[in-house]
Amino acid sequence: MNEPFAPWTDETATPLIRIEQVTKRFGDFTAIDDLSIDIFPREFFALLGPSGCGKTTLMRMLAGFETPSAGRVTIDGQDMGGVAPNRRPVNMMFQSYALFPHLTVWDNVGFGLKREGMAKDKLAACVDEMLKLTQLDALARRKPHQLSGGQRQRVALARSLAKAPKLLLLDEPLGALDKKLRQETQFELMDIQERTGTTFVIVTHDQEEAMTVASRVAVMNHGKLVQVDPPDQIYEQPNSVYVADFIGDVNLIPGRATQVGDMAELAWAEGQGTLLGQPGGGVKADTAASFAIRPEKIAIGREMPEARNRVQGKIIDIGYLGNLSTYHVKLPEGPVMTCEVGNRSRLSRRELTWEDDVWLSWSDTAGLVLPT
Amino acid sequence: MRRFSGFNIVSLTLGIAFLYIPMVVLVVYSFNASRLVTVWAGFSTKWYGELLQNEAFLDAAWVTVKVGVFSSTLATVLGTMAAYALIRRGRFAGRTLFSGMIYAPLVMPEVITGLSLLLLFIAIGLDRGVLTIVLAHTTFSMCYVSVVVSSRLVSFDKSLEEAALDLGCTPFQAFRLVTLPIVAPAVMAGWLLAFTLSLDDLVIASFTAGPSATTLPIKVYSSVRLGVSPEINALSTIFIGLVTIGVLIASVVTKRSIAMRTADERVAGG
Repeated sequence: MNEPFAPWTDETATPLIRIEQVTKRFGDFTAIDDLSIDIFPREFFALLGPSGCGKTTLMRMLAGFETPSAGRVTIDGQDMGGVAPNRRPVNMMFQSYALFPHLTVWDNVGFGLKREGMAKDKLAACVDEMLKLTQLDALARRKPHQLSGGQRQRVALARSLAKAPKLLLLDEPLGALDKKLRQETQFELMDIQERTGTTFVIVTHDQEEAMTVASRVAVMNHGKLVQVDPPDQIYEQPNSVYVADFIGDVNLIPGRATQVGDMAELAWAEGQGTLLGQPGGGVKADTAASFAIRPEKIAIGREMPEARNRVQGKIIDIGYLGNLSTYHVKLPEGPVMTCEVGNRSRLSRRELTWEDDVWLSWSDTAGLVLPT
Repeated sequence: MRRFSGFNIVSLTLGIAFLYIPMVVLVVYSFNASRLVTVWAGFSTKWYGELLQNEAFLDAAWVTVKVGVFSSTLATVLGTMAAYALIRRGRFAGRTLFSGMIYAPLVMPEVITGLSLLLLFIAIGLDRGVLTIVLAHTTFSMCYVSVVVSSRLVSFDKSLEEAALDLGCTPFQAFRLVTLPIVAPAVMAGWLLAFTLSLDDLVIASFTAGPSATTLPIKVYSSVRLGVSPEINALSTIFIGLVTIGVLIASVVTKRSIAMRTADERVAGG
């Protein structure tokens, strides 16, 4: 009964959006480079990447504000070639919110329904429902400039959801909010997505946001998809150094892959043992590779540990973050490693301090060997 | 509050005196009881009464208002459309040429504009009258409107129009329901500017007016050549009053629109 939501693994599932070999060029610049992806109904799909990676262009193509230079976009089985933005079953929430300043909150939300020619009483019921969903009932008669940032964000969301689109596009929807409000709103967004059953495609450069809200995350770079996977796989099974480095913090130890089988070994410095981890991203034996290990998976201590994966270094920095402490450890022949330790008990005596010689260790399955 | 220094007081007085003494003289003499313009013979408003009896002046005033309303309305429609095309449609072939051609009439000598229009009207056999003055005034005031409107459109957030399209508007509906209401103050200011320009114009009107229709500036100019009469002073005083009111309204509208724009930008900036 409680099967996880994963239509992308089901071969019989019909995608809502098909993007097939789409390329978009602006003059000499290629914003989207031969990109293909299927997005399924009820998905919360995040496009993640640094600015200029093409994520916004891809979204604007779905909305109809840009036309592909080559390739095909299909929404709900209908080819979108030559279909104007106002004729698509798609609505968009803009980064600037783009609220109409001369209209009240109520009229902003009802704007799209009015264009549809919906009957007055039905329209009023619809708008009131949207306002209730986004907790804006009390502000219906206000103008946008009388609202706070968070309230404007909710008006923009209500307006774009009012027409009950098959697909809702969100362009950096939380970018203008401060951190605390952003975190609250992320959960609100997920809640609303679940309740309305709408397919959401969100564009963001904030990896934490993408990881929190999305069912699948697509990491983009230079107009291509680097990896498309659920958040946990993106984090635990990155297919490249780029993804590992882009999502969360990671320690990268450069070296050579010596053996690749079920497990992979990486030689990283003369006179040191190899590091053992899982192979990823199609790494081949005897090629340049990097060992990727997340800071929270590293144990730190004064005594030499039993583990196979162990390195020795000197503490050069300690950061106290409240819930955890970060140690920066310089390896004699390698990089500075970051290691995070949770501060489980209050007032625990700190055993380790600056300039201490320490051992870092991790289990065989904690790290990945990735091609560079 | 900073205090004025002696130097500031002197320069301010000189400047204001230079600008306004001629007008003060004109206004004062419009209340002169004597027919002789240079001799003061006591206060009277009789010239205002006589002015209202003067059919030629009243006709000319009526023509001027008609021409002003029609030409400025037409110029506002055309100028706004031109500004919209220039600012919104990004780069299209011939954009630079088009924008240059829109703004060229701003620096064109009026005599040349007037003459070329006169030749055109003769060539196509259009009888000179109210219609020809309206067309001529539209021609030269439309570029002023397009300058005013395009300066507002430049700072207009394009995603507002995209949002309208996204919510089901055709491009024309997006313009009518979203863009136009928001830039309305600038369009209004453009209309007032065009109206004032039309009211003021003597040169172009004198080329394109015919015996059937004379505007007020032409009437004033031709009657002054026969000698200044106190009626002209009265008429001019009324004019000064109207223009002052117009300028006040325009500046209030502009101030409002600036306030609204800052509010918009605060919305956009989050």
